[in-house]
Amino acid sequence: MSTPQTPPVTGQKIRLNIVRHNPADPDSVPRMQAFELEQSEGMTLFIALSEIRETLDPSLQFDFVCRAGICGSCGMMINGRPGLACRTLTREVGPEITLAPLPVFKLVGDLSVDTGTWMRAMSERLETWVHMKQAEVDLRRIEERMEPELAEAVYLLDRCIECGCCVAGCGTARMREDFVGAVGLNKIARFRLDPRDTRTDEDYYELIGDDNGVFGCMSLLACHDLCPKDLPLQTQIAFIRRKMVREGLR
Amino acid sequence: MNVVYTDVLVIGGGLAGLRMAIGAKRRGHEVMILSLVPAKRSHSKAAQGGMQASLGNVIKGQGDNEDVHFEDTVRGSDWGADQQVVRMFVNTAPKAVRELAAWGVPWSRVRRGDRDVVINGKKVTITERDEAHGTVAQRDFGGTKKWRTCYVSDGTGHAMLNAVADRAIADAIPVHERTEALALIHDGSRCHGAVVRDLVTGELSAYLAKATAIATGGAGRLYRVTTNAVICEGMGHAIALETGVAALGNMEAVQFHPTGIFPAGILVTEGCRGDGGLLKDADGHRFMPDYEPEKKELASRDVVSRRMEEHIKKGKGAKSRFGDHLWLDITLLGEHHIRHNLREVFEICHHFLGVDPTRDLIAVRPAQHYTMGGVRTNHTGESPSLKGLFAAGEAACWDMHGFNRLGGNSVAETVVAGMIVGEYIADFCDRPGNDADIPTGLVREFLRREQARLDVIVHGSGTEDAGAIKAQMQEIMTGKVGIFRTGRDLEQAVDGLQKLLVRSRSIGLKARAPGANPELVTAYRVQRMLKLALCVAYGALQRTESRGAHYREDFPRRDDATWLRRTLATWKGEADSLPTLGYEPLDITRMELPPGWRGYGAKDYTDHAATAPRQAEVEAAKEKIKDRHELQHALMPYEHLLPERLRGRNERIDDRFAPAEPAAAGDSHEPLFVREGE
Repeated sequence: MSTPQTPPVTGQKIRLNIVRHNPADPDSVPRMQAFELEQSEGMTLFIALSEIRETLDPSLQFDFVCRAGICGSCGMMINGRPGLACRTLTREVGPEITLAPLPVFKLVGDLSVDTGTWMRAMSERLETWVHMKQAEVDLRRIEERMEPELAEAVYLLDRCIECGCCVAGCGTARMREDFVGAVGLNKIARFRLDPRDTRTDEDYYELIGDDNGVFGCMSLLACHDLCPKDLPLQTQIAFIRRKMVREGLR
Repeated sequence: MNVVYTDVLVIGGGLAGLRMAIGAKRRGHEVMILSLVPAKRSHSKAAQGGMQASLGNVIKGQGDNEDVHFEDTVRGSDWGADQQVVRMFVNTAPKAVRELAAWGVPWSRVRRGDRDVVINGKKVTITERDEAHGTVAQRDFGGTKKWRTCYVSDGTGHAMLNAVADRAIADAIPVHERTEALALIHDGSRCHGAVVRDLVTGELSAYLAKATAIATGGAGRLYRVTTNAVICEGMGHAIALETGVAALGNMEAVQFHPTGIFPAGILVTEGCRGDGGLLKDADGHRFMPDYEPEKKELASRDVVSRRMEEHIKKGKGAKSRFGDHLWLDITLLGEHHIRHNLREVFEICHHFLGVDPTRDLIAVRPAQHYTMGGVRTNHTGESPSLKGLFAAGEAACWDMHGFNRLGGNSVAETVVAGMIVGEYIADFCDRPGNDADIPTGLVREFLRREQARLDVIVHGSGTEDAGAIKAQMQEIMTGKVGIFRTGRDLEQAVDGLQKLLVRSRSIGLKARAPGANPELVTAYRVQRMLKLALCVAYGALQRTESRGAHYREDFPRRDDATWLRRTLATWKGEADSLPTLGYEPLDITRMELPPGWRGYGAKDYTDHAATAPRQAEVEAAKEKIKDRHELQHALMPYEHLLPERLRGRNERIDDRFAPAEPAAAGDSHEPLFVREGE
């Protein structure tokens, strides 16, 4: 990502063109607004946007939480591509940078969108929790064993941060309001792999065996290219689709 | 008047809040969670390295048990912890790991046979036992005698939060995202809920409940340089303080983590050092063994952070345009280990430093990391002075960390306290006398008062800039209330913060558009943050000793004779410019582990008169009683303090239960089971 020979960046002017709209204000109409900043060493979009709010426009809305690339709050369109703003260096996307809120999700204001409601609905629909084998587990006893490789494989799919970048970059999600997205399909792959979950492919077919599930995917696979956590979405979606086709033919 | 009723109102959607909510809900109470952000984005997510629980599965954890975990935690706290609470915690931590294992957390597991690890800078081959294969693995962390930290690669908090947040969804617990509690509604003795602001529309509502629980995490953003997320502004602490009734305990106890990346302050886990990483100076010299020959890089965080700053003061720091720093070297762990067990560290180094930690050194310097202080509670998690107010996790002073928390004990506390306090909240709601009986006049008055406070900011004649005041507060805290403290600096800090507090009463806004209004959010929060900053600075000024993370250069000794007591801060009147401090003594005559040397750091301290006699009693008991459980019970009984369903011993590979027997002789109560959600 970082280029070995970058020219000196400190002091260079950068220009951020930002989509502005405050739905809570009846007088607000969507518009673009440009802000000029002096680039500093190691400047990220988190630092740049915070500086704009502190020094140029205190009304600018955006969401940052961890500012370390692990919480998924700051997904936005960066020069037309969904990505995490907190770990995007301005020198890698500038000097002219266009920022817009993620599509598909409800706009809160400016660059802030409501991914939470969308993700909760998806979780409720796909029941994204382990459906336990036994009704009761005695907590005082040694835990059930799991192969170390399997635990790691489950964790790899569990690394999703629900940032919404895969949904924002998805052709199907733009057309089908109820499409579960790569985030949803990846969760099914995660629980399917987890031996603690008692659900069968028949159960999963009920959840994702239609056009709002795995058969809605057009295999454009922007999700795979855009995932900030490099989740293996391409292989997981293909794998789940094969399993669901087999289930559908039974 | 917008009013919402529930049985239990949980403020904060991180691990502690979610786990409390699940506990209360499963006991049949209606629960609502308020959260600034979607629950899975809470700062619990950022816990990387792991959670301590004495499972003793790995070979380097063999022989570990509750007793060892207890002693490590009390020594880590520099004897500031409540030892009964520590006992409750260490006995429940293994149960918490096992509950989370059943809920789907993909804990890293033990693989049988030989493996290469790095210990004290050298490659060593260790052999894991056949019978441990597939059980939850542990890694080494600072200040621990055994490898005790259970982990999921270096995304432990992330994986725990996924599982617990999804369990809350399974249990149909509503999370009201993008909402903020601005004030607790109370009548001076009973808490009735909170005034809540919608962070999308800006509207206020009253949420009324039988029990209100604060689980809002830490207050790291009082400081300029912190590992904490931007939402960690201590608002739960602040609304408790503003009741004038609930007290904050030990706010001067602030932890600085040795390895914040420099200069951004983003955390890289203690697991880097636990797994064998080394700290080096400008000359590439490994300096920690010079200062701490026993524990080296793995002394407790307060000690390592002080040694690092001490070394930088000697001119041994590496120079950069942002100032001096030191190096963390994990290259010796090898690419495979880093790519599998330190993935987040790899990504953070790549994105924020532009370096590859498999080949390059990582620039680090200590950064504010953890708020040991919090809403003072008793062992049930309830405030002793405001009935119906509970707190758990980093926002609470329960008090298991005293003046320094061990790595891996905070994310453990979130779920353990969540389990315990969740049960006690359910008990509280079950008692008929605790039914909600709330005068509407009181609710209306609180709503009016909070709306008026906002109106003064939005429509008043103030001209002060909220962001500038906040930046100055953070500068004072980082500059004068940091790792090394002196009376002179602290006096200046208190003085400066008081002036800022006065100025914060005349904040004016540049932006007045309806909706969330981020500038307004900064404004009302900084007014509250300044009160917390004053609790920290003023408490630190008064405490004329050094204990754990609180280090006074002008009073370098730990002074048990005078200061073995907990600071309690209250804020009596809105016009006050200082907290009112009181003190609560810790009773040595009831301690299982009387004060002594920690095993690292300074050996210099002033004993309390009660220490020697208590030490003699403890020695005599050890002579007489050989069974560890009996001895523990004779010295400091605590089992009766745990909710009945959470009692009982923990099984280990080296301490197996008989196949169908109950956990321990004499256990007649119903054991705790995790049940499938409805």
